[in-house]
Amino acid sequence: MATTETMTLNMGPQHPSTHGVLRLVLELDGEVIVKVTPHIGFLHRGVEKLSEHRTYHQILPLTDRLDYLAPMSNNLGYILAVEKLMAVEVPERAETIRIIMAELTRLESHLVWIACHALDIGAMTVFIYAFRERETVMEIYELISGARMTSNFFRVGGLSQDVPDEFVKKVSDFIDVMPGYLDQYEGLLTTNPIWLKRTVGNGVISAEDAIDIGLTGPALRGSGVDWDLRRDVTYAGYDKYQFKVPVGEKCDTFDRYKVRLVEMREACKIVRQGLDRLKPGPVLADSPQVCYPPKESVYNSIEGLIHHFKIASEGFPAPEGEVYQGIEAPKGELGYYIVSEGGNKPERLRIRPPSFVNLQAISQMSVGSMIADLVAVIGTLDIVLGEIDR
Amino acid sequence: MAENNRAVRKLKEKFAASILDVAEFRGEVTVTVAKGSILEILSFLKQSLQYNQLTDLTAVDYLGKKAERFMVVYQLLSIPNKDRLRIKTAVSESVCSIPTATQVWATANWLEREVFDLFGITFDGHPDLRRILMTDDWVGHPLRKDYPLQGPDREPYKGRLS
Amino acid sequence: MGVDNPLGDNIITTSLDLLVNWSRKSSIWPMTFGLACCAIEMMATGASHNDLDRFGIIFRASPRQSDCIIIAGTVTKKMLPVIKTVYEQMPEPKWVIAMGACACSGGIFDTYSVVQGIDEALPVDVYIPGCPPRPEALLFGLMKLQDKIMKERNSFGAAIGLGERYIPEAA
Repeated sequence: MATTETMTLNMGPQHPSTHGVLRLVLELDGEVIVKVTPHIGFLHRGVEKLSEHRTYHQILPLTDRLDYLAPMSNNLGYILAVEKLMAVEVPERAETIRIIMAELTRLESHLVWIACHALDIGAMTVFIYAFRERETVMEIYELISGARMTSNFFRVGGLSQDVPDEFVKKVSDFIDVMPGYLDQYEGLLTTNPIWLKRTVGNGVISAEDAIDIGLTGPALRGSGVDWDLRRDVTYAGYDKYQFKVPVGEKCDTFDRYKVRLVEMREACKIVRQGLDRLKPGPVLADSPQVCYPPKESVYNSIEGLIHHFKIASEGFPAPEGEVYQGIEAPKGELGYYIVSEGGNKPERLRIRPPSFVNLQAISQMSVGSMIADLVAVIGTLDIVLGEIDR
Repeated sequence: MAENNRAVRKLKEKFAASILDVAEFRGEVTVTVAKGSILEILSFLKQSLQYNQLTDLTAVDYLGKKAERFMVVYQLLSIPNKDRLRIKTAVSESVCSIPTATQVWATANWLEREVFDLFGITFDGHPDLRRILMTDDWVGHPLRKDYPLQGPDREPYKGRLS
Repeated sequence: MGVDNPLGDNIITTSLDLLVNWSRKSSIWPMTFGLACCAIEMMATGASHNDLDRFGIIFRASPRQSDCIIIAGTVTKKMLPVIKTVYEQMPEPKWVIAMGACACSGGIFDTYSVVQGIDEALPVDVYIPGCPPRPEALLFGLMKLQDKIMKERNSFGAAIGLGERYIPEAA
């Protein structure tokens, strides 16, 4: 009598479609997945431990490197948490520029998502197209911060500096053409029979399961839960902006794809509203206890120089207490939990990474499907190992 | 004030003996509870008060600062009520374990594994308690305060001039 | 003098070293091996704007088909054995590029879990500084590697058992 037994297959950590150093141990019955065991931690850099040894300003560059596809969102979450702890009010211009940059970051992150997701499923053209547009966002990053990826542009209390004059035109031009490019991607994918075969009905997870396993962001909205932190628990001034929150129905990969595409279009609209609201003014809060002095005073006065030196070397003392700030990062809810026992360094900085929690759902979403569908599930979860492992 | 918070009132009614402290800081309510009744409180919050998502589960090491060394922290989110609540409970170094919350929220699975890995707190009844970020043969728990930042086997870099 | 040249101008005389090195440098096939942030810049270098294909650089997904490994990102103690295995699977001749501050020296992550530079484990040919390096910097690093390959001597001879292969110092 013939017996069958399952086969164990190792996938990663060196694998082109695991989006970094993710290792999956699969148990297969033929080509059907029986069990998925993810192994993570191959990029664990000890950011949380390192943060306990840095002052509040010095932690900021570390946050850039968590979700390296959305550096500005990481910065935003962290500085909002510190501002909450220190009770600092941010000037309006800084707030507006933050929202413009956070939404451009969302666009950028989703561009990389669609590029890699489509490449994994076999649509190379979209990869080439999306990276072309991403290059424009990178140029905007470079224009304002001098760096392409690890921007480190926001500061506690505002921004590191004001944006240059050509910023508005550059962003405005990009926002004008971006919806056309999105149409292009949709033309390549939305009605493409291969794309539909690979995504419709793939990776289904019901709304209850999605909430229970802790999914957030587009993955949760794709399952039909109408929840967006920007709208429902507003932060950073998002309540002044009008935008739609897309929600999926069929809880599958195709719906999550549509949700993200609508999010990209909405991001363009939020950026447009932000540009309209942009008025001249200060970009750093007037609270010398916490903020760096403006660069002109550092270069031209001894008081400014001493002030800068003091903030840069000693940081600022924080009150005792604990705060949690969650933001709607491109991949889901990104949370920073700061425990302060007084002093210029946090007692504990906990980063609640969206990808870490979202990745847990991979087993639920892929068991019973074919091994090739697993690649689509990894793509639709939109994970970044930098923030999973921290 | 924190005492007026709907969840806090309900909790005080039902678990009066187990609520050790209620604090509000920057608009966020933190309830410190006794370790013995943590599971009942968490299930009650989920079943009756609609805290349907466990946003985060982590721990804090208060070495030398508090009598009981660790504090396990649960960040809860209620999607229907658009409300957050933080539950904390102290865990001592000598009895370094706490009941698992995996039956309440499936999210807790990996989050508890991470706390086990980095702090060395065991979660009783956890279905799959293994290290998650570090290698299986790693010695020590890196996020404990007495674990050196550079690891036990390496001197910290002191700069070129020192 | 009556030596006929039936092939016309379609013939060149060169040394075997030059020919072998030229063909190797014109078809560097690196591994698709991203570790962290630098990998995204590596992808950007390969994508439309910078287009690595014009240098004959085509990313391969298998170590057995590639002759160059770009260590693009932070190397952790958990990942190091994997990188070593991948490196060992690559056929000779092979080259290593350390891309970014983390791969060169550990970068800002001076912590318990991070290897302080991939050169603790692999022989690095080109170091590219930056956090992350711009695509132009990666292109420059790859061209430095091409220069280095051109300076190699007797690598073909060594492959068929004649003498030793001469490798110049790290660029």
